[in-house]
Amino acid sequence: MLDITAAEIDGKLADAKSSLLPLRVDDLVYELNGVRIIDGVTLRVEPTGCTAIMGYNGAGKSVLVRLLHGLLTPSAGSCRWAGNLSASEISRRQSMVFQVPVLLRRSVEANIDYALSKRGFKAPERARKLEAILHETDLLKLRKRPASVLSSGERQRVALCRALAVEPELVFLDEPTASLDPAATAAIEQILLRAISAGRKLIMVSQSVGQVQRLARDVIFVHRGRIAEHTPIEEFLTTPRSAAARAFIAGELFEE
Amino acid sequence: MSDFTTAFTSAIGLIAGFDTSLIEIIGLSLRVSLSAVIIGTIIGLPLGAAIAVGRFPGRELLIIVVNAFMGLPPVVVGLIVYLQLSKSGPFGWLQILYTPTAMIIAQMILVTPIVIALTRQFIEDANADYDEALRSLGVHGWAKLVTLITEVRYSLVTVVLAAFGRAIAEVGAVIIVGGNINHVTRVMTTSITLETSKGNLGLALALGVVLMLLALAVNAVAATVRRFAPKAAYA
Ligand SMILES: Nc1ncnc2c1ncn2[C@@H]1O[C@H](COP(=O)(O)OP(=O)(O)OP(=O)(O)O)[C@@H](O)[C@H]1O
Ligand SMILES: [Mg+2]
Repeated sequence: MLDITAAEIDGKLADAKSSLLPLRVDDLVYELNGVRIIDGVTLRVEPTGCTAIMGYNGAGKSVLVRLLHGLLTPSAGSCRWAGNLSASEISRRQSMVFQVPVLLRRSVEANIDYALSKRGFKAPERARKLEAILHETDLLKLRKRPASVLSSGERQRVALCRALAVEPELVFLDEPTASLDPAATAAIEQILLRAISAGRKLIMVSQSVGQVQRLARDVIFVHRGRIAEHTPIEEFLTTPRSAAARAFIAGELFEE
Repeated sequence: MSDFTTAFTSAIGLIAGFDTSLIEIIGLSLRVSLSAVIIGTIIGLPLGAAIAVGRFPGRELLIIVVNAFMGLPPVVVGLIVYLQLSKSGPFGWLQILYTPTAMIIAQMILVTPIVIALTRQFIEDANADYDEALRSLGVHGWAKLVTLITEVRYSLVTVVLAAFGRAIAEVGAVIIVGGNINHVTRVMTTSITLETSKGNLGLALALGVVLMLLALAVNAVAATVRRFAPKAAYA
């Protein structure tokens, strides 16, 4: 304790003070051509662990995470981040893995390196980070391969690697294991668990109850553009409050 | 058919014999059209890219106009440039009418809309795919444009080839502003026109074959560059 300098303590305090989270979302609306795709969402996202977003196809999960990530502009309502940070600083501390991963037409490692350089990592540190993250996401063997020839599981892994490489405080994941085989899914979940224990916040859209059970601490259930419920994971799995979530878990089609 | 065979044989003969006047004509054709394409690309590529990602009033209208300009009739362009450069025209003092420079200007006006329109289309399509991913990484403005251009670089080769094809093949503009003066402004297409009108159909056909071989050669070179470029594997 004694050898910690005052500057270091100040640094730590500043870091803690300027955390992005909790995120407070207030009456968020996203309207397109007169249709309310997101229809009055209010929620609070806590600083640690993985928050899952579940819901039927077309419920508005992808639109919701794009709104939160700042890629779409809400028609009404607001997302308020903690810590009084500038807009560019807020976006610099986040990254996202899209439902359909978009990679540049270059090698795997060039894709990761691109993200690092655009986020302002400089030469010697950047190379070190590249090595570390390729190792961590098990991409060393694929590093020279053109991204265009990768299988969909490999593409997902590269997209995840890129999102984690930039050392975000918060990562949005839109169905990061959709269409992956069980082994690839397990590999990605391992990487996600490590990211959580490293202190990163995950907000993850998922269709898999099992996956949510393994990773998440709370579940936001989206139904027709609204939050049907936002409950801790144990409660969500055993006694979901909303009829929509109950039907979802039971595997039935929910009709309103 | 026999006409064509004769023409082909005579064309090969002309080329193999390094017929000096033919070489001169081919050289001028290449010089004029390549210059026009290079200038047109330097102007058109950034403009096309800017229209692709920019949002400004009148954008839709501008796109319609540029797309329509891809089909500008060469004779009309030739006539307009002629009026500008003729003695009584506003740029008459430049005294460049009936020179290769005038021909380059006319062809440049013909190919620039092609470069703008096709570049705009390719980059806009790429932007639709990449926009959110790039914004998520904090890539905006110029950096984003540079990335998009890099991503579509192989398609842009096709854009330049299309522009070159238009330039090397047109006759209407260069004949009006160049005047088809022997040893000065005579190019492949204007020679063909002249020889046809003189009734030298064999020679005209021979020149036509050379023109086609030329176009083929340019495309073959471009294809080879594309095929063996070190990064082609990543396209
Ligand atoms: N750009 C758009 N234009 C029109 N409609 C849109 C647009 N984006 C989303 N939508 C509509 O909004 C609704 C929610 O879409 P969203 O992609 O968020 O669903 P989702 O919950 O992610 O579904 P899935 O589980 O299939 O991924 C859908 O009905 C979709 O058609
Ligand atoms: Mg979705």
